[in-house]
This record gives sequence, C-alpha cells and structure tokens, in this order.
Amino acid sequence: MEFAETDDHQAIREGIQRICADFNDEYWATCDDTHEFPWAFYEALAASGWVGIAIPEEFGGGGQGITEASIMLEEIAASGAAMNGCSAVHLSIFGMEPVRRYGSPELAAKVLPRVASGELHVAFGVTEPDAGTDTTRIRTRAVRDGDEYVITGAKVWTTKAPMCEMCLLLVRTTPYEAAASPTEGLSLFLVDLQDPAVDITPIPKLGRNAVVSCEVRYDGLRVPASRLIGQEGEGFRYILDGLNPERILIASEALGIGRVCVERASGYATDRVVFDRPIGQNQGIAFPLADAHMRLHAASLVIREASWRYDNNLSCAEAANTAKYLASDAAFYAADRAMQTHGGFGYAKEYHIERYWREARLMKIAPVSQEMVLNFVSAKVLGMPKSY
Amino acid sequence: MKVVVCVKQIPDPADPGEIDPSTKTLKRDVKLILDESDSYGVEMALQLVDGDGEVVLVSMAPNNEVLAMGADSAILVSDEALAGSDALGTAKVLAAAIKRAEPDLVLAATESSDGYTGTVPEQVAELLGMPSVTFAKEVAVADGTVAVKRQTEAGYDDVTCPLPCLVSVTAGVVEPRYPSFKGIMAAKSKPVDEVGIADLGIDAGAVGWAGGGQEIVAIEPAPAREAGEIVEDEGDAYERIVSFLEELKVI
Ligand SMILES: Cc1cc2nc3c(=O)[nH]c(=O)nc-3n(C[C@H](O)[C@H](O)[C@H](O)COP(=O)(O)OP(=O)(O)OC[C@H]3O[C@@H](n4cnc5c(N)ncnc54)[C@H](O)[C@@H]3O)c2cc1C
Repeated sequence: MEFAETDDHQAIREGIQRICADFNDEYWATCDDTHEFPWAFYEALAASGWVGIAIPEEFGGGGQGITEASIMLEEIAASGAAMNGCSAVHLSIFGMEPVRRYGSPELAAKVLPRVASGELHVAFGVTEPDAGTDTTRIRTRAVRDGDEYVITGAKVWTTKAPMCEMCLLLVRTTPYEAAASPTEGLSLFLVDLQDPAVDITPIPKLGRNAVVSCEVRYDGLRVPASRLIGQEGEGFRYILDGLNPERILIASEALGIGRVCVERASGYATDRVVFDRPIGQNQGIAFPLADAHMRLHAASLVIREASWRYDNNLSCAEAANTAKYLASDAAFYAADRAMQTHGGFGYAKEYHIERYWREARLMKIAPVSQEMVLNFVSAKVLGMPKSY
Repeated sequence: MKVVVCVKQIPDPADPGEIDPSTKTLKRDVKLILDESDSYGVEMALQLVDGDGEVVLVSMAPNNEVLAMGADSAILVSDEALAGSDALGTAKVLAAAIKRAEPDLVLAATESSDGYTGTVPEQVAELLGMPSVTFAKEVAVADGTVAVKRQTEAGYDDVTCPLPCLVSVTAGVVEPRYPSFKGIMAAKSKPVDEVGIADLGIDAGAVGWAGGGQEIVAIEPAPAREAGEIVEDEGDAYERIVSFLEELKVI
C-alpha cells in the first residue's frame, strides 16, 4: 500500500496555491458581502486551463481523474476561498459528465470544449420546492411537441443560474403516477437558461453569497429534442452515476475549509494571550483543535480511497458517501472550534472565521444531507430495512 | 530567436526565515520560490518568442515554475562550491552558463528581491562581451535589433541596441501568466541541462565563499519606522502636505 502523494499531485496543489495566493481573504469577504460572482478568480483559473482539469483531452480538457479534481478543489477551499471559490467552478469540473457519457457525440463536441475552456458556464437543476431529497417526486414536466420538448415547472436552489448559459435539467417526461416505478419516466436535458421563458430569482441565504442559488421557473421553455441526454425516461440513472464523484468533490471542499479553520485557529491560540498565557496552553482550547485535525485527517484518507476507487472503475458508493459524511462533519466541527478559539473575534467579520463557519455548515445539507448518507449506509451497506 | 532568462529562487518574502549569524547571509534552508521580480522577464521572454523560437532559463536552483509557465528548457548550475557566492561570483557562473545556450537575447530582472545588489546583469553582460540595456519597461525585437523603452525618473528613453545583448527588466511592467495546468504537467519532461562549475570551466576558487570579493562586515536590523505626522483636515490639509513635501524637496 502506498500513501505518498505523487509529484503530479503535489504540483497540482502548488499550482493552485500559486493562483489562490493572489485572491486573499479580503477578496473573498468582499465578494461575499457584495454578492458579486468572483469573476477575476474564475478567469484566472480558466485562462490557465484548470476549469477543464477532469474533462477528457479530446475535448480540450486536462484528462485527469476525480483524484486530481478533488485535490484542486481542496486547495481552493483551503486557501480561504472556501465554498465561494469552489462553487464558482465546481459544476464545470465534473457536472458535464452525463453529457460526455450519455449525450450524443455532436452535443458533447459542441459543449465540452467550451466548458473546458471556462467560456461556457453550466448549472444543475434537480431540486424542486416539493422534491429535495426524494428526487423521484419532481414535477417539472417536458412534453414532446414535434422536434422539440416544452418544459414547464419550477426548480429551487439552482446554483449560479444567472451566470449560466445552460442548465442540466432533470424533468419528468412521464408523470410519477403514470410511471412503472418512481425512478422511471425522468429525463435529463441540457437547456438554455437565458431565455424569456425562464425566470430566475436569487434566494437570500446564510452564506456562500458570492455564488447565488436561485428559484428558476420554466414557463413553456422550448428545447430541441437534440438536447435530450441519452434515452427518454432514463434520466434518474444518469444522475445517479454522477452522485459518487460529486460526493467526493464536496468532501474535498469541506476538507479544505476544515484545514484553513484549524490552521487559523491554532495560530491564533498560540498568539492570543489571556490570563498571562497563550489560550492554546489551555487544553480546553488545544484539544478540540487537535481533535478537529485528526477528524479531518481521517476524512482525507477516505476521500483518497473513494477517488482512487472511482478512478480505477471500482465500486465507490460506500467510500464516497463515507467521505462526504466524515468530511462535512469534521469541517463544521473545525469551523465551530475555530470560532470558539477566536472568542468574540471569531464572530467578527475581520477574522473570516464566521465566513468559513457559514460555508462549512452547507455541506451537511447539500448536495446530500448527512441523514441520507446514514440511510444509505444503514440500508445498502449494513442491509437493514430501508426507512422510507 | 533564442532568449535566455536568468531567474533566482528566493525564500518567500512573506516568510523569509532568518539570517545566519555565522555567514551573515539569509538562510536558504526554507522553501524557495521564484523571485517575483524575475517573473516579469520570463513573461516578456515568452511574449517575445510567442511560440516562434526558444526560451531557456538559466538558474542556480531548480525551477519548475518557469518551465511550467512555458520556458522550453533550463540550464541549472548546481555545485556545492557555489554557496556564498557574491554578485561577481554569481555573474561569472551565469555568464558561463548563458554562453552554452548561445542566445540572441538575455533577459534578467533589474535586481533580486533578497539580495538587492542590482549589479549582476551588467556584470554578466560585461563578462559575455555584450552590450546591456537597463530598466526596460518595454522590449521589442526586429531585424537583429532590440528596441527598449528604458524607464527614467521623468518618463522613458527610447533605446536601440544590436543583438545579442542583455536587457534588465523593471518589475511590474507585464502581467506574468500563471503556470497553466498543462504547463505544470509538461514541465517535468522538459530538458534540464544540469551542470557543475567544472563543466563551465570555472575554478572553485573563483566562486562561493572562496572567491568572494565582497565581505559582509556587519548586519543590523533596519531601524524601526518612526511614527509619522497625522494631518487632520480642517480645510487646509493640502497646503500643509504640499509644504511638507516641499521641505523634503520631493516636489
Ligand atoms: C446553497 C445551496 C446550493 C444548492 N445548489 C443546488 C443546485 O445547484 N442544484 C440542485 O438541484 N440543488 C441544489 N441544492 C439543493 C440541495 O441539493 C437540497 O437542499 C438537498 O438535497 C436537500 O433537499 P431539501 O432541501 O429539499 O431537504 P428535504 O428533502 O426537505 O429534507 C429536509 C430534512 O429532512 C431530512 N430527511 C428527509 N427525509 C429523510 C429520511 N427518510 N430520513 C432521515 N432524514 C430525512 C433531510 O436529511 C433534511 O435534513 C442546493 C442547496 C443549497 C442550500
């Protein structure tokens, strides 16, 4: 068994650190406060070919695996860019995988090179007001009309929608009630978002405010049939395929935030003197940070196992789910302990801990909640009866 | 066209480490990074060549970042005898290494961000018997001649000079590119010509501590900055600032 990181992986870390060094905490705090998309950061990554890191070379990408993509996102988060930085590029990294795998060769050739170069931004629309965790309950409908489909319905939480030319959209082509089983009758489309039939409204939210998430209403959006990905009715299966890599990337982003929290907090605990001694000399402050560090370390090993399995075409659902669960948990614990360590200053914007804390909280909920991971492990790994 | 860029690896200015009291020089056992002031020369070289020619980096420490930015190859001089080299010793080594590449143009930074002697490029030019142009803020090459906008206190001079020559480049004049993902992956397979001083025909006694023509007598911490005078604006602040600057004879 080999644990050493390869020279390439080390070089990816350093390459990302080099770029992120020019985008400091003040940059991210300003983007967050003003709700401005981090264009300068995005363009720096795009110009130097990072956005397409995991897109195959035949489409102009870097041809790397989930392992390399996850290292990249971990380093972005760990620079202090946190989720504002990761979410700016996240979907371009691996979100178009269903188009590559199941889309027509023409569509892939048209779309993927523009995603790889960073020119084409894409969103992902699955969640609906009345269907979050239970995806099969979505109601947005696509109805065939000649060479087109007509799409009507409403999504929530579609991230980055105002910046995105296109959205990978899961809809029902057969209503739930009429489908042979709940997971059938769902179809995946690549739709144009900037259309008069689409109405986008940002949702005010706790954090990660540089990247908006939106309510998106589709009111008779006409989509050419060539934008259907794969077979009609097979959309659920295509989406499932992307869940494991998504979990691995999210886990890595959480890990990055956790790392920056522990680093800042241990530095602060060493410098800050109260009762004539550094607060880190009190074990009540030091031990939780050591604990957070170890929890992150454990999560990082599961992330590496999961990404290695995925890249080697081995089953990885258990590892990917475990990675996402442990990393989200460790990251929020680290952020919370960093806040406690900083005392009142942890609550002040000046130290950026409150920003990390707000962003670290997200991964326990989205893209999949901790409870759903526990459901997966209980039922699918341990074989206990499914609870829902 | 073949352009050589001289680059240096320095301790990160954000975390520069310590001065070694026995040698009175900066300890170099910390992580070294590409001197930012060299990145402008690298960018200029890459823009000048623009895929039609060759950029060769010459350095006394391994430097993958410049290869990742797009340089084609490297000459790396590494030799234990080089430790402690002063500006002239460094110039001798660089000149001998540059000679191997037979460049049309040599670019260097005006000065490094750790040593700040600002003398190495001109010494290299002299040793190579090349003309040199200093403080370039723009460089263009045409018909065997380099045209340089040379920064002056008042503005700039237009200077032309026949190739081959050496041009030292002022900091901040171009926007250095980030090493690209593909560049980083390609860097490791680019040719690096690793040479010792014997390969360059240099005698160990001429460089390093042994060949030092310069002696560091003492090192002192920089004096702490004195508190400035705060001018509260009561409508006449600009007058007071102007008269203050006049007193300093800066305006
Ligand atoms: C900032 C942000 C960005 C997002 N971006 C996107 C995006 O780009 N595209 C997109 O499609 N979606 C996006 N989402 C949506 C996200 O994927 C969902 O919020 C998430 O899947 C949870 O769904 P829900 O909010 O409807 O929660 P619900 O399904 O209503 O669940 C509420 C709570 O009940 C728990 N629960 C439900 N059922 C069970 C059960 N059987 N057992 C135990 N617990 C249960 C859940 O774990 C959760 O804690 C985003 C969300 C956020 C907050």
